[in-house]
Amino acid sequence: MTETRTITGNRGLMVEERLIFEYDHQNRTAVDVPAVEPYEDRLGGLRRKGGVGLPGLAEPQVVRHYTRLSQKNYGIDTGLFPLGSCTMKYNPRLNEKAARMTGLADIHPFQPVSTVQGALELMDTLSHWLKQLTGMPAVALSPAAGAHGELCGVMAIRAAMDARGENRTTILVPESAHGTNPATAAICGYVVESIPAEESGRVSVEAVKAKLGPHVAAVMITNPNTCGLFEPEMIEISRVVHEAGAYVYMDGANFNAVVGRIRIADLGVDAMHINLHKTFSTPHGGGGPGSGPTVLSAALAPYAPVPYVVRDDKGFRLVEHERDAEGDAKPFGRMKGYHGQFGMFVRALAYMLALGKDGLQQVSGDAVLNANYLYARLADVLSASFEGPVMHEALFDDRFLKDTGVTTLDFAKALIDEGYHPMTMYFPLVVHGALLMEPTETESKAALDQFIEAVRGLAERAKAGDAEYFRQAPVHTPRRRLDETLAARKPVLRWTPPQA
Amino acid sequence: MRFLPLTAEDRQAMLAAIGAESVDALYRDVPAAARHPEAIDLPNQKTELQVERAMAALAGKNLNCSQAAAFLGAGNYRHHTPAALDYLIQRGEFLTAYTPYQPEIAQGTLQVLFEFQTQVALMTGMEVANASMYDGATACAEAAAMAQRITKRKKVLVSGGVHPHFADTTDTFLKFTGVDVEILPPDVMGLEDLIGRVDEDLACVIVQTPGFFGHLKDFSALADAVHEAGALLVVATTEPLSLGLLKTPGEMGADIVVAEGQSLALPVGFGGPGVGLFASRSKYLRQMPGRLCGETVDVDGKRGFVLTLSTREQHIRREKATSNICTNSGLVATAFSIHMTLLGEKGFTGLAEYNHARAVEAARRLAAVPGVKVLSSTFFNEFAIAFDKPAADVVEALTAKKVLAGVPASRFYPTYPELDGVLLVAVTEMNSDEDLDALVAGLKEVLS
Ligand SMILES: Cc1ncc(COP(=O)(O)O)c(C=O)c1O
Repeated sequence: MTETRTITGNRGLMVEERLIFEYDHQNRTAVDVPAVEPYEDRLGGLRRKGGVGLPGLAEPQVVRHYTRLSQKNYGIDTGLFPLGSCTMKYNPRLNEKAARMTGLADIHPFQPVSTVQGALELMDTLSHWLKQLTGMPAVALSPAAGAHGELCGVMAIRAAMDARGENRTTILVPESAHGTNPATAAICGYVVESIPAEESGRVSVEAVKAKLGPHVAAVMITNPNTCGLFEPEMIEISRVVHEAGAYVYMDGANFNAVVGRIRIADLGVDAMHINLHKTFSTPHGGGGPGSGPTVLSAALAPYAPVPYVVRDDKGFRLVEHERDAEGDAKPFGRMKGYHGQFGMFVRALAYMLALGKDGLQQVSGDAVLNANYLYARLADVLSASFEGPVMHEALFDDRFLKDTGVTTLDFAKALIDEGYHPMTMYFPLVVHGALLMEPTETESKAALDQFIEAVRGLAERAKAGDAEYFRQAPVHTPRRRLDETLAARKPVLRWTPPQA
Repeated sequence: MRFLPLTAEDRQAMLAAIGAESVDALYRDVPAAARHPEAIDLPNQKTELQVERAMAALAGKNLNCSQAAAFLGAGNYRHHTPAALDYLIQRGEFLTAYTPYQPEIAQGTLQVLFEFQTQVALMTGMEVANASMYDGATACAEAAAMAQRITKRKKVLVSGGVHPHFADTTDTFLKFTGVDVEILPPDVMGLEDLIGRVDEDLACVIVQTPGFFGHLKDFSALADAVHEAGALLVVATTEPLSLGLLKTPGEMGADIVVAEGQSLALPVGFGGPGVGLFASRSKYLRQMPGRLCGETVDVDGKRGFVLTLSTREQHIRREKATSNICTNSGLVATAFSIHMTLLGEKGFTGLAEYNHARAVEAARRLAAVPGVKVLSSTFFNEFAIAFDKPAADVVEALTAKKVLAGVPASRFYPTYPELDGVLLVAVTEMNSDEDLDALVAGLKEVLS
């Protein structure tokens, strides 16, 4: 691939952009601050000596810097983003508008509760929706993301076990689980034991039973699982887990497949986090913020962390301290500062109200339909790992690339040149060279058809022996393949001033 | 439904291609016993206008800070948000991107994170910073866990000047792993002796600057004592703007610095989301939690950025990871970074100076109000005052006059009756002269 070199290094719309620290460090600012009259400070001699080392830019320079950087990013707004397990659906702009309403943005967490009744009502309404949609009796809103919700659920399990006076040591996690599941269990002091998957990609009651015992505190199971399959024996699994005196944690990252169609409570679940930043369309923002409300069964509800909203005859109020808990509530503690990811609550509720029950059912139906359509139209050229029908995502492995010299990674990088964000690669770990595709419900048939054409074309090209093409990919991007080994071997994690 | 592009014809065609009779048939693995959509009792879809009105109605039930003279802080601070900042973070390429797993098409996010890490390191006076945690409180908990991993010790000492939410979150995070977290009583007067409590069982000591009650302290001697005992010093802050004016935690000898970055990133937003800043020393790099962005080159030799050292993280290490964090606070970190860039050296230090000057002026005027005692001798932009009557009652009375006078300490410490009269008052560039006049006049009236 030859490239015409430009004088600037820019390539049309692909404009190179230096680090802000590589701009001249002039005495400019894009924020005018009023001058300070001479005064006697109250810093007790702790004034900073020397500068901070920040550059000074004017507003147009700043706007251009970030605009150029933004143009090196792929987002859902750019195109199809079939990143399995991540539910990259369209983020309605209405959510953003609502979150910026002054009455929802410019309220302080420690105003008198009498002045934030609307905010507490909003949290209460969101709780109501989440409880209705899952059939679960309680929800802890404060977890900040999925993994944090897992922590909330597992801590509630730990607290319940402590209350029962039982010292169980182990949590069972299927092999196909997301990395956060075992990491969470370990943070709560549990030993992690793995449950092998069946040939069919599902977890069987027998496999769970074989691992159960008086040392097991809980099973963490993802459903629909990370192979994109619903666990058909889920109810049975919950039953045997409960019989063994343990609890069922269900990872709800994939709730989008079933929202509005099934109730989680009917599966026998004790705790499940819901990623508002997946199913309920709050934006991923290049890695967060998220929100991971965790629904709890009657057995675990008393242990829900502070703070939470209660309603009495005087209106809504917040229970902020463990000692203020009433009735049988025994909160296990506090998971984060303040009252949870309120800005995400606003966005998620706006989305829920917009869709309603009927719309949410259509969401899950279309998500599953889109995934099955991909699955059906690609099964003959890729290698489908398990038999469908699938739920919201379709899993393929790298058997179709056998003897082509092309890897899953190469294949994904070639998709980038076609204008797509790749699918999730090498996860779940239960199949070789996984390619996990989750189109979501916000893609049109035409968009899927175009994507399918691209994937089919690439599969044919790989089989035709054009491995070099794949090894070079991507070539049409601001940067080509990056040296990750170098980055890890000699970590450079910040800019430092050039040596004089 | 306006968010769903499939038409009825599309659905039929797609079902035909799949060879399924209906969408329901695709749910064949779901046990019938779990399929009870009829039990879900919720309203159906609404138009955009209807939703907007419903949200506006909720918003209208709050007294927002712009409708009052608001002196609220206690960990969340109101600062002016430049118009360019809110515009830039709403660019879809930032807003709707995922974690930058595919660096070739995520150089925007990655470069922002690299710049963010640099800014955080410079502000705190530390060597390295990560790409963000959920918030300051969880960052504080992770710092204690990291100190525990490094020292292999099972005791953590938390100063009474640390934000109680940071302290409680740390306790919750560690208690199930058998770590003993000792939280000292509220340090209202800033007189706490920590050096006398340092011993060789400690994994770390956690302190805060400015303290929860406003005090500024030099932790250099404490750092020496802590290091002498083989422990780590964790310094927290809830107002990163203060770092524009104050001696840095790094200079004082901190091993880990954690902060709530909301004040420079987003509106107060009822306390969330925020962004946890996390900085440390290079020697502890491999024990750090969370994502790290690093510099490298691409195959053409051009500089680029990637997520790196991920062998610490859950997706590689699973139960042996340094943390379970996955999604962090990417967009809030982006907002923080953009705001720092807009401010630059001059704006950052200037805004810090201006905040302090305003607070000094406010403290001076409040000290002259009969019945008000200013408790903090040193402070940045927030200080504690005391009345002879419950601060919560004073706040309620002033709220009726559209003055949100501050945060009563009793909100955090209900079991310390001696704190009932204590109020935290934060003053930023958002508080006009008229606001201050209203606070002073209101207090005079309520206290007389
Ligand atoms: C199956 C599964 N579980 C848990 C998580 C963790 O969620 P979060 O990133 O919000 O912490 C993810 C996210 O990618 C996931 O896909």
